[in-house]
Amino acid sequence: MTAPNGRRRGVAGNAGLYTAAGVCAVLFLIPFYLIVRNALATDAEITGEEWRFFPAEIQWGNITELFTDPTVPFGRSLVNSAVIGVLHTLGTLLVCSLAGYGLARIPYKHANKVFSLVLLTLMVPAAVTFVPSFVLVSSLGWVSSLRGLIIPGLFSGFTCFLFRQYFLGFPKELEEAARVDGLGYFGAYWRVVVPNSLNFFAAIAVITFVSGWNAFLWPLVIGQDQEAWTVQVALSSYMTNQTVNFHLIFMATAISILPLVLVFVFLQRWLVQGVAQTGIKG
Amino acid sequence: MFTGPFLAGLIVFVYIPIGWSAWLSFFEARSTVTPTEFVGFANYVDMLTDGDFMTSLGTFTVFAAIVVPVTWAVSLGLALLVHRLRFMKAFFRSVFFLPTAVSFVAASLIWKMSIFSGVRFGLANTVLNLFGVDSVAWLASPDPPWYWLVIVTVRLWLQSGFYMILFLAALQNIPAELYEAAAIDGAKRGWQTFRYITLPQLRATSTAVILLLLIAAYQAFDEFYNLLAKTTWGRPPLVELYQTALGENQDYGRGSAGALILTALICAVTLLQGRLLGFGRGEGER
Repeated sequence: MTAPNGRRRGVAGNAGLYTAAGVCAVLFLIPFYLIVRNALATDAEITGEEWRFFPAEIQWGNITELFTDPTVPFGRSLVNSAVIGVLHTLGTLLVCSLAGYGLARIPYKHANKVFSLVLLTLMVPAAVTFVPSFVLVSSLGWVSSLRGLIIPGLFSGFTCFLFRQYFLGFPKELEEAARVDGLGYFGAYWRVVVPNSLNFFAAIAVITFVSGWNAFLWPLVIGQDQEAWTVQVALSSYMTNQTVNFHLIFMATAISILPLVLVFVFLQRWLVQGVAQTGIKG
Repeated sequence: MFTGPFLAGLIVFVYIPIGWSAWLSFFEARSTVTPTEFVGFANYVDMLTDGDFMTSLGTFTVFAAIVVPVTWAVSLGLALLVHRLRFMKAFFRSVFFLPTAVSFVAASLIWKMSIFSGVRFGLANTVLNLFGVDSVAWLASPDPPWYWLVIVTVRLWLQSGFYMILFLAALQNIPAELYEAAAIDGAKRGWQTFRYITLPQLRATSTAVILLLLIAAYQAFDEFYNLLAKTTWGRPPLVELYQTALGENQDYGRGSAGALILTALICAVTLLQGRLLGFGRGEGER
């Protein structure tokens, strides 16, 4: 892509553009720099009177100190988040893609009613239903359990909606060929549609995983025992816990964002396409 | 049925809780989900006359009024900037997109403990001191309301990259002929082309971005909870509800009433906005 009127832009214009981009980039990167600097420094360096750009000596020991800190079970919370993230993602993909496929393809007389039921839930932000959902989940006895943390989040009206829109655009001819060969709806879905939609599934998977990993309100409400804390809840506990040291807080922050930053860096181009595709089209 | 499991889940985990909550909201239900005493609309009246809940609605209004237009402008600005770059485009796009990976909790920690900490070693105060300005207690006082600067910049940093991508995708879909035609018609490059070609072509995306920003603003919880946990100011509705239902009182009756008031409000605003901006037209039929 060339810029619409880029050809005749002078050197001065270019310099201006790149200066602006550079300044913005520095502003956007400062928080990342601060995390790394603070994570690998001593408290004295972080809170010192004099601003230091880099720690005098890199404190790798902060990592082991974080994982052996008895006040916050950080390692445990990482495991919880990973397990929840993976199961949440797989479950959402399965349930929502099937539903989206059914809504897009299978003629059924109440399909429109069902679809409006789904659309209605889009109007009610999930965060507003946390009080009612908490009431339900606590009466099921699922508080502080993996079930309580994972299952209620699987039924995303928005993801179902995205799948439906995607399947509506999926070439029908491919499926019809499969049907002629004697496959049922499910066979066509599983053997033809899914293998040909891996890009889309993967994009949704990344987006679902990211939002699951970064979720805070629901894990805060449900994960009442320390054993059931996710990374985000553990991080948040540092804000109220006065005894924890700065270097541990920032090491924990750094470790909590590392997996996602790696995903973003390596899947960059492809992730951007996914977001642009699944976002909204004009 | 393909839709069966999803529908069952939707009913159990979305519709039943809402129904149950509607039922609970008419009862006195403290620390228990089996209500005892029918109180009619008393919970609703309590919430609506409760200064704190009403203040939280005001907080939200201020928040949305700042954060929606600012994020819209910044993400559009970044998109236009990146779109015009000829080399290192992918690099700059990645840099602006990267914060999307960070959670609100992590970002709040950086903002509170390192950038906007009230003491001298915070980055913002260090910079201010360089210019001979006294340190500011960013979060410790509602007057002057510096905490808004902290709250808004967190969200701006985290979200702009995501919306920038949506704008970038839309910018790439604008046919080059439009710009050529405009040039022939004598439109000056820069502001005029932007005003009469780019902006109208981005209309659909802009509308959707504004709607998404508003919805995201309604859900604001994480950064408020983490940045202003111990204060009595700057509480949006969700934080207020959290305190009502899961705080010291465990008042599920009033919490439910509040949740339903909020839901009704959001539905009304979404519908109104859909009307005004024409979003969702043609949706729903197939």
